Amino acid sequence: MSAAPLVAIDTLTISLPSADGQRLFPVREVSLEIGRGDIVGLAGESGSGKTITALSLLGLLPPGGRMSGRIDFEGRDLVGLGPAEISAVRGRDIAMVFQDPMTALHPMLSIERQLTEHLRHHRGVDAKAARERAIELLELVRIPDAATALRRYPHQFSGGMRQRIAIAMALCCGPKLLIADEPTTALDVTVQAGILRLLQRLRTELGLSVLLITHDMGVMSALTDRVAVMYAGRIVEQGMRGDVLGRPRHPYTYGLLGALPHDRGEEMVLRPLEGTPPAIGALPQGCPFHPRCQFAQPVCRTAEPALRTVAPGRAIACTIDPLGEMAA
Amino acid sequence: MRSAWLQPLGIIGAGMLTIIVMLAILAPWIIPFDPNAQAFGRFLPPNGENWFGTDQLGRDIFSRVVHGARVSLPYAAQLVVLSAVIGTILGAIAGYFGGWIDGLIMRAADLVMAFPDIILAMAVVAALGPNLFNAVLAVVIVSWPIYARVVRSMILTLRDEPYVQSSRLLGASSGRALWRDIRPNVAGPVVVLAALEYGHAVLILSGLSFLGLGAQPPTAEWGSMVSEGSKYFDKWWMSVFPGLAILAVVLAANFLGDTLRDAFDPKSTKAFR
Amino acid sequence: MGNVVRQSWYALPSLLRFVLRRLAIGILLCVGVTLVSFSLTQVVPGDPVAASLGDYASSDPATVEAFRQRFGLDKPLPEQYFIYVTNLLQGDFGQSLQTRRPVAADLAQYMSATIELAIVAMTVAMIGGVGLGIIAAVNRDRWPDQVIRVVSLAGVSVPTFWLSLVCLYVFFFQLGWSPGVGRLPPGASGPMTITGLYTIDAMITGNWRVLGQALSHIALPAMVLAIYTIGAITRFTRAAMLEAFDQEYIRAARAKGMPERVVVMRHVLRPALAAIITVSGMAFGRMLGGAVLVESVFSWPGLGEYAYRSALALDLRAIMGVSLVIAAVYILVNLVVDILYAVVDPRIRLG
Repeated sequence: MSAAPLVAIDTLTISLPSADGQRLFPVREVSLEIGRGDIVGLAGESGSGKTITALSLLGLLPPGGRMSGRIDFEGRDLVGLGPAEISAVRGRDIAMVFQDPMTALHPMLSIERQLTEHLRHHRGVDAKAARERAIELLELVRIPDAATALRRYPHQFSGGMRQRIAIAMALCCGPKLLIADEPTTALDVTVQAGILRLLQRLRTELGLSVLLITHDMGVMSALTDRVAVMYAGRIVEQGMRGDVLGRPRHPYTYGLLGALPHDRGEEMVLRPLEGTPPAIGALPQGCPFHPRCQFAQPVCRTAEPALRTVAPGRAIACTIDPLGEMAA
Repeated sequence: MRSAWLQPLGIIGAGMLTIIVMLAILAPWIIPFDPNAQAFGRFLPPNGENWFGTDQLGRDIFSRVVHGARVSLPYAAQLVVLSAVIGTILGAIAGYFGGWIDGLIMRAADLVMAFPDIILAMAVVAALGPNLFNAVLAVVIVSWPIYARVVRSMILTLRDEPYVQSSRLLGASSGRALWRDIRPNVAGPVVVLAALEYGHAVLILSGLSFLGLGAQPPTAEWGSMVSEGSKYFDKWWMSVFPGLAILAVVLAANFLGDTLRDAFDPKSTKAFR
Repeated sequence: MGNVVRQSWYALPSLLRFVLRRLAIGILLCVGVTLVSFSLTQVVPGDPVAASLGDYASSDPATVEAFRQRFGLDKPLPEQYFIYVTNLLQGDFGQSLQTRRPVAADLAQYMSATIELAIVAMTVAMIGGVGLGIIAAVNRDRWPDQVIRVVSLAGVSVPTFWLSLVCLYVFFFQLGWSPGVGRLPPGASGPMTITGLYTIDAMITGNWRVLGQALSHIALPAMVLAIYTIGAITRFTRAAMLEAFDQEYIRAARAKGMPERVVVMRHVLRPALAAIITVSGMAFGRMLGGAVLVESVFSWPGLGEYAYRSALALDLRAIMGVSLVIAAVYILVNLVVDILYAVVDPRIRLG
């Protein structure tokens, strides 16, 4: 990993107000680095805190949300920024692609308007230059007949095309970091592959860093360099893709991979993940994963394990580390 | 969870309505004077004895306003119940059976809604003759479609629910399936709608009476009292107090109805995602 | 054959298809409206001839016979309806009992005053309602939202006829700010008739004195008439804005770093406005109903006041005429509203 990462999230904790006046903590003490040109995957079930972690990079917390910790972005701490400063980073330095291109594009604004409005706002470019840039980007994401496409509206494109447009929209201001939140989940399988190839190509052509959020371990293994797995607001396993996905050491990662079909002829008994993740307001005592863990021991019920480094570039948050031997 | 300030409005509305209904029920015992007795000097401004003053015939306006609740409230209630029942039945039939019955009923609803309600009501009353009963009938004719629309759209979504489907498969007749499976789900929204429409019913009935097409003198009805007052322009108390009574009832009903809608309508209670 | 028709139908541009479909629905509704008004003339208790002609005229056998002939009252109902519609299409709405003039002539005379009042009131209501709704939605659940909620509920709760009286009492009788009832001061002559709208005609002819008079006369009734609609549009705007706020594309716009002001005015307001346009048509219908009450208090010589006098005199032909015209205006307005909506929303405009 390079010496100066693009983004260094350090013990980020996010709190939200709950209905009964308490505060909930959907993200707790998350630390994560994204190097320049890296694709980092953030995995976990819905409700694990991965999307809200991503939104915190843009300063887009729900009303009443608060952050503590540091988000170091090119030497600046994003956590302390005021609304005007963070809004200047949004879309310009850090851009985001959302899950469902059907709902993330504005149905009543033309593609040109949606592709160029933030470019003109952030960079002060005139309409003509902005249009040229938009055409260039549409060609980059392989939208046929880009000049005509500008005059059209989202409903006139297919889902996959719309996601390409959404990606072009995110790239307009030349961001350094692209956050992609489940960018393929809403798409057909055949279309998914195209979008993944596009993201891969953008990384090599533009040197873009990508934070890829997904619960789909297949997508994860196709695209990422490093992977972090979140459960109940914390990172429970982190490491190089091949290590984490090939030889998972946290029982949760292991369970998640159970959903991924693979044909390695493993002799290990895979038990698919049962149950649902706990609500953030009602975490069980001890390790939040223990009620669903097939390896749980009495000790797991009492103490919540901290994330600890178990090998170079590899960390897990598990007290008993039942898969350690096999992985080593 | 919606914010806490919504509930106070609902409580205020419910409290006001309760007080007004109590006043209406107890009116014969609490009003100081016979509402139709011409017992005082004419056009007395509000004073210690006649709190709201007296009218052109020397009647006590306070007694007439309180007594007026016994006219406006029950007629508006009849109107709302009748429209709700008719609208619900027609909407349920339209939604459940679909096809040409649906088309017929819903086009009729569109048709009625093409007339501004008070104008169609005026036409109906002019055709049938001006009195409060015909006014109620006229407004029922113009107000059932809103219930029919709501109920129909609910039935359309409910019809395909598994439990409704299964009971039909098990041989329940259409009528029984409608009654048993769908009624509990439709009841809530219809009640909310009726609460919201109650205020409007009071408004339109008093409006028709104001125009001389509803209650006829000497009935102590708020709309016609305002109308009488309007003939004696400088005697402001003759119009102001019965009008305030209408405002109080309608405001209370709308406060309550609005709060109920927020509580029952999942759309507006949708929490932040 | 049917196939050919279908194919050529789908070959039409989608906006044109949409307009044609709406037009057809509008025409069907108009036919239905005549059915309703025809049925109403049939349910009159007692002798319909007496109801239509009045007691004096119906005592003359020759008049009664002429009336029977003209409306084919001895013929079966469907044929009577046909005659009725044919007469309507030729602009024959019958004779008013009250004015002893053709109803059509009365309608033509009174229509412009109502249209002028409704246009001014609707403009006030749209600006006020959309503005308040935006403020409420942006400040969701904070104090401006709470205040606006109570105010808009009060707006839809206050009896229009009473508010008219109170405003007239306060602003005319007590304060003297308003010049009082009617469209112009007593005895003043109107501007040269071009559109029939005094304010417009006065502007066109450069008659500034009359323009001032007309404006000062229309201000109070228009405000009163707008109150209910302001309340309704405020509440609807708030709801539509909040629904738009919840959409993913708003989060996407914020993620692009667009300033909140632009997000609200461009990304949120645009879809909300499309929804507001559709209800403004219905709100306009309710406003025409409220005009009856306001006009009767303000002695505004419009359709509402005419309907009020006709209803009191049980002048059935006249009141049916008003209903028909207002229903037709309402259908027309909603047709325009639908088309506007289609133009605003690219999903309908471009299919």
